[in-house]
Amino acid sequence: MEQVKDTQISEHPLSACTVSVSPHVKSRESTAKIMWTVNACLLPPLLLSVFIFGFQTLIITLVSVLSCVIAEAVSQKLLHRPITLKDGSAVVTGLLLAYIIPPGVPYWMPILGAVFTIYITKHLFGGLGFNIFNPALIGRAFLVATFPVAMTSAWIMPMNDFSIFKYMQPGIDAVSTATPLYVLKHYGLAALIDKYGAVSTMYKDFFLGVRPGCIGEVSNLLLLLGGLVLIFKKYISWHIPVSVIATIGVLTWIFGGEGYFNGDPILAVLTGGVFLGAIFMATDYVTSPTQKNAQLAFGFGVGAITVLIRLKGGYPEGVCYAILLMNTLTPALDSWFQPKRFAPAKGAIK
Amino acid sequence: MSTSLLTFAKGGVHPPESKEITEQLAIEKMPLPEEFEIPLLQHFGAPCQPLVKKKDRVEEGDLIGQVTGGLGANVHASVTGTITDIGTSIGPVSLNVPSVTISRDLEAPDKTYAPSDWKSLSPQELLSKIKDAGIVGIGGAGFPAHVKLAPPPGTKVDKLILNGAECEPYLTTDHRVMLEKPEEVIVGAQILLRVLGISEGHIGVEANKSDAIDVLRKTVETQKLDGAKISIDALQVKYPQGSEKQLIESVTGRKVPGGGLPFDVGVIVQNIGTTKAVYDAVVLNKPLYEKVITISGRGISRPANLQVRVGTRIRDIVQYLGGTKPDLAKIVMGGPMMGFAVSTLDIPVTKTVSGVLFLTKEEIDDQPHGPCIRCGWCVEACPMGLSPNEIGLYVEAGLAADTAPFGVFDCFECGSCAFVCPAKRPLVQFIRLAKQKAKR
Repeated sequence: MEQVKDTQISEHPLSACTVSVSPHVKSRESTAKIMWTVNACLLPPLLLSVFIFGFQTLIITLVSVLSCVIAEAVSQKLLHRPITLKDGSAVVTGLLLAYIIPPGVPYWMPILGAVFTIYITKHLFGGLGFNIFNPALIGRAFLVATFPVAMTSAWIMPMNDFSIFKYMQPGIDAVSTATPLYVLKHYGLAALIDKYGAVSTMYKDFFLGVRPGCIGEVSNLLLLLGGLVLIFKKYISWHIPVSVIATIGVLTWIFGGEGYFNGDPILAVLTGGVFLGAIFMATDYVTSPTQKNAQLAFGFGVGAITVLIRLKGGYPEGVCYAILLMNTLTPALDSWFQPKRFAPAKGAIK
Repeated sequence: MSTSLLTFAKGGVHPPESKEITEQLAIEKMPLPEEFEIPLLQHFGAPCQPLVKKKDRVEEGDLIGQVTGGLGANVHASVTGTITDIGTSIGPVSLNVPSVTISRDLEAPDKTYAPSDWKSLSPQELLSKIKDAGIVGIGGAGFPAHVKLAPPPGTKVDKLILNGAECEPYLTTDHRVMLEKPEEVIVGAQILLRVLGISEGHIGVEANKSDAIDVLRKTVETQKLDGAKISIDALQVKYPQGSEKQLIESVTGRKVPGGGLPFDVGVIVQNIGTTKAVYDAVVLNKPLYEKVITISGRGISRPANLQVRVGTRIRDIVQYLGGTKPDLAKIVMGGPMMGFAVSTLDIPVTKTVSGVLFLTKEEIDDQPHGPCIRCGWCVEACPMGLSPNEIGLYVEAGLAADTAPFGVFDCFECGSCAFVCPAKRPLVQFIRLAKQKAKR
């Protein structure tokens, strides 16, 4: 107490004190903290991809992230908005975009997807918080429409010899292979077992992530761990991931096999980016509803559309378009499912 | 034990309590400064008419301002001395409220009050004593107590709830009063029950004040209650537990409808400090001109629970407590969730001030706000089931006039939404704007 005695109030610069509307204390959470935590939770799957698909996956991801960051800054500059790179949201989009493209695409490809989605999907719609669609998924949809061959065939068989620079040497092209769902859709379960081993082996490999697929979608284990961290930190709730995964599992079990109740629900949820989509994309705050029961409905919709596309549509995966389609329903879900008001006055709306 | 704690169903937040700064400090009587500045309007309502003029001599406890009409409460002289000015002060409601300045007679001794028998008085006599003493709800809003205690004829009230939740961070005045003056609180409760003609009383206290809960329970067991049934209800620590509607829900399960008042569900709520003031008014015949306030925050040299008189300037309090610290960044009258930030120390303490906080940069958050990311945390936090995010977007888009369907008039500005908002959006400010523009 002695050392503050000379700080008499008359000398204290009250002009340094701020005045504002209550509350005067705020939680320690921030948009940037949420985004950077999501980024951190997304890193382990990338590390696995570097080991099984090669070092070029890291370069593709860096190109995607850097493109998104630069596109964000340029978009904001062009639209005369404050530049907000520190909030980490462009990095999230960059990571997620890279995670849903195959590991064997040329390095320039994510640049196009990033520029398109950040400028058109995000900033022309009003910037962070105002986009209708998940930016990363629109980036992928744009690339699939523009480069259909590369986006559906540049798969790589997982390596187990740590020769991570193999596909970066000149003259060695990625050995094109097919994703499990592609094999299943076009050649059937027998062909799948022929290629990946017994069903129990597939469960294990596909859960750990040892299978061809997009850069960040393969390791369900690591995605699940990241999701648990986000749920533990209360950044996301379980409602959307659980309803997406459960719906895909149940509907595939009912309709996905010979006759009814004969499909393989486990295989269905372990493949085709279900975990990545359910945990990291369908839960995007901006493009998903806020009420818990609306989130359950949203997740059910994503799951149902995914199964519909897989069983009746042209694509083997379906999660990407299922989420994008449900994004369009988010404003409606938000208005259908309102919070329960505390004893509203008689005659007040709802 | 924790499973039996009462609470409200929807929303609520857990701001850092910061009560450890002052909760162990006994109530300390602040020496009287030389000058007092007493506002004639200390709450929403009509200002009092001054009964004194410049150079008049007044005695401690003299009536100096009288209610002439409408909602209001009498104002009394806090000290013996001479009126030196009748001017204006910065008040809690508006910037310029009429006020009386008293220069204290340095020789005059403190007035003493002896207990009197109250049990022979009728409810009507008790009520007029409460009215004459100028008692208002001293927990915050300052609603005149005599009005609250006289519900319109035909309403059936069966429960009295004393609000000892003190859910605002930092504040520890109700805590200290319950701990140090439990008998007076319980007698005050008995008086209130007698006025209302009922026997069931509850004192709701957040579980972080377990010592006060124990002391009150012991007092209720040993004190003669004359048929009154007073229970001490432990409440879950969750902001805004002390909000009237939430407290009533926690204690009784009843919900006061929008636009309604507690007596609509048969309940009357009074704050702990108010109850103590009722004791003073009825038993000691002492008007309300003295109260306990918490001076806290990491920006004041010596935090304290101070017994001060109405009209004491914050500047005098700061001087008495050894000045402020160099990293002081914000001064708040009241709690950090609902209090007013002030820009000067030349503000007098009124009946409704529960504390003055001196907050440093580390304690406040002055980050600029960003766009709404639709996380929905505010919707989850809102105890009234509103969607502050939507209201904020409407106000930003210039559509504040269209926000009535969102229930803006149900909002009591507890600040839970703005507290949790990760984009640091000034949601309370948006809602205040919405209330001004929206049509009821």
